[in-house]
Amino acid sequence: MTDASLTSSTSPVRRLLARPTTGAWVAAVVVLVFFSVQTDTFMTAAGAGVWLESASRFGIMAVAVALLMIGGEFDLSAGVMTGFTALWVGVCTTQYGLNVWVAVLLSLVVALAVGALNGVLVVRTGLPSFIITLGTFFVLQGVDLAVTKALTGEVAIQGMTKVPYYDSVQPIFGGSVEIGGGTFYVSILWWLAFTALASWVLLRTRAGNWIFAVGGDLPAARAVGVPIIKTKIGLFMLTAGAGWLVGMISLFRTSTVQANTGVGQEFIYIICAVVGGCLMTGGYGSAVGASLGALIYGMTFMGINAAQWDNNWLRTFLGAMLLGAVLINLWVRKQAEATR
Amino acid sequence: MTTESALELRGIHKQFGAVTAIERFDLDVAPGEIVALVGDNGAGKSTLVKIISGLYQPTDGEIRLSGEPVSFRDASDARAHGVEVVYQDLALVDQQPVYMNLFLGRELTKGPLRTLDRARMARETQDLVTELDVRIPSPHATLSDLSGGQRQGIAIARATHWARGLVLMDEPTAALGVAETAKVEETILRLKARGAAVLIVSHNLEQVFRVADRVTVLRRGTQVGTRRIDEVAKNDLVAMITGLAQ
Ligand SMILES: Nc1ncnc2c1ncn2[C@@H]1O[C@H](COP(=O)(O)OP(=O)(O)OP(=O)(O)O)[C@@H](O)[C@H]1O
Ligand SMILES: [Mg+2]
Repeated sequence: MTDASLTSSTSPVRRLLARPTTGAWVAAVVVLVFFSVQTDTFMTAAGAGVWLESASRFGIMAVAVALLMIGGEFDLSAGVMTGFTALWVGVCTTQYGLNVWVAVLLSLVVALAVGALNGVLVVRTGLPSFIITLGTFFVLQGVDLAVTKALTGEVAIQGMTKVPYYDSVQPIFGGSVEIGGGTFYVSILWWLAFTALASWVLLRTRAGNWIFAVGGDLPAARAVGVPIIKTKIGLFMLTAGAGWLVGMISLFRTSTVQANTGVGQEFIYIICAVVGGCLMTGGYGSAVGASLGALIYGMTFMGINAAQWDNNWLRTFLGAMLLGAVLINLWVRKQAEATR
Repeated sequence: MTTESALELRGIHKQFGAVTAIERFDLDVAPGEIVALVGDNGAGKSTLVKIISGLYQPTDGEIRLSGEPVSFRDASDARAHGVEVVYQDLALVDQQPVYMNLFLGRELTKGPLRTLDRARMARETQDLVTELDVRIPSPHATLSDLSGGQRQGIAIARATHWARGLVLMDEPTAALGVAETAKVEETILRLKARGAAVLIVSHNLEQVFRVADRVTVLRRGTQVGTRRIDEVAKNDLVAMITGLAQ
């Protein structure tokens, strides 16, 4: 085949720069080295266990949100979904005595239904998903707080460990192993598996191709018969499903859930995806990049604590990183256009 | 005539809210026939193309393909019935490579997991652009890196590749140079020889006289008339388009 013409137009450096994940790889290495040198606890097994755990939860969500963003949409209800699903299980089991397995599956069904609703509203109305999911976000947030308070009189679910069969579900979502003095949670495996699967779907399957197409140019995708409605609704359901998975991971790791769990984290997922190379305008990005974005977040979160800095700097750092990523993306694209 | 029309349009009417885009439109296109659709800007030509390709649903009227009444919910429906389109805006995805644009929505897959067969799609793209003489750097080139003419060439190549029954072309040579236009006209005549029915929208009357068998005129949503190309003079055609006596 025409391998010569494949490489003729662009230099290797430019092509490396143009890859969505390059910046995220560089940033991840920089953050890793920085905190390893700066603090004693970061590069220990105990430290790694902490930042990998946090990266895993944010990674699962960031990957789903990245796919959605590549498909041209946002989901502001993604954060609150992690709390909503966990509360659903908590309430059903501790308040109504529902079997924990049934409650877990039921919460998945409910999450997928909310995702489908988001998707249907977006494709049917043509309104920006930002608005639609802002609505679902607030609805779910209100439900979380009101229902939890009404049923328990508190703002958290307690007593999960006394639920029958709790121990049979717990290891699946909240299990851990001790290695070299560090605690490594099973959520890390979920994260790696989810990233690998998402990456495979995105790059190797027709569905993945359609995700790029609907986000890249919706009218064109529609005109050539790409199933845009299925693709978009599927993406919203995927994001909600990821919210469920992370909800279960949080619930069964800590055996408790706060009524406000996940609120505000939707923006962190978006930041992770953008830092990982996704374009906010859709049609471009990668699952691995989003995972790296979450890894950077997890490492920074742990690193700032380990360095005993004021925790509030985390937000400042995230904001700066988002701006940096967006500016670099913009610059790379300008460069590419300038040499055309 | 014993052969069935590839395309029959009966009383097609299209309303966008209060705007009437097409008043009433009737047309038959036989297999192996090229019909030109002409009219001034905003006459409703693209709207008609999009109605036949399933992007819009007619407010009223009937579409038949090879005698069978059809009603398309979307473009993939029409595609499944053998309708291929070169849209005026080309309908190409800028961020994707050329080969992916050719196969978008109909990607080739391989293996039990039905993974994308990128190598084969790229190979078939290369064969196709070579055959049609569309000059692009590579099937792997990103679409946004191509010139307007190259992009139009890709859109035409896509429709040609999949063409079975009916091909709709909305100003397919608008962005092309003289040599490229001649190439495309050759391609259109080859489609005709293959037995495809072609409906071509064009503002270029010389082109209409070169390739079309018949021509139908739209003026501000109203179908003014349909003529055999060897029975109409250019002046009459201009008069039909503009509504002014020559
Ligand atoms: N989606 C739409 N909603 C509302 N009005 C529309 C829509 N699409 C087309 N129209 C209107 O229908 C009329 C016909 O438009 P159309 O695009 O079919 O014209 P055209 O003959 O293809 O013109 P051109 O030669 O400029 O391509 C115009 O008045 C246009 O404003
Ligand atoms: Mg038009």
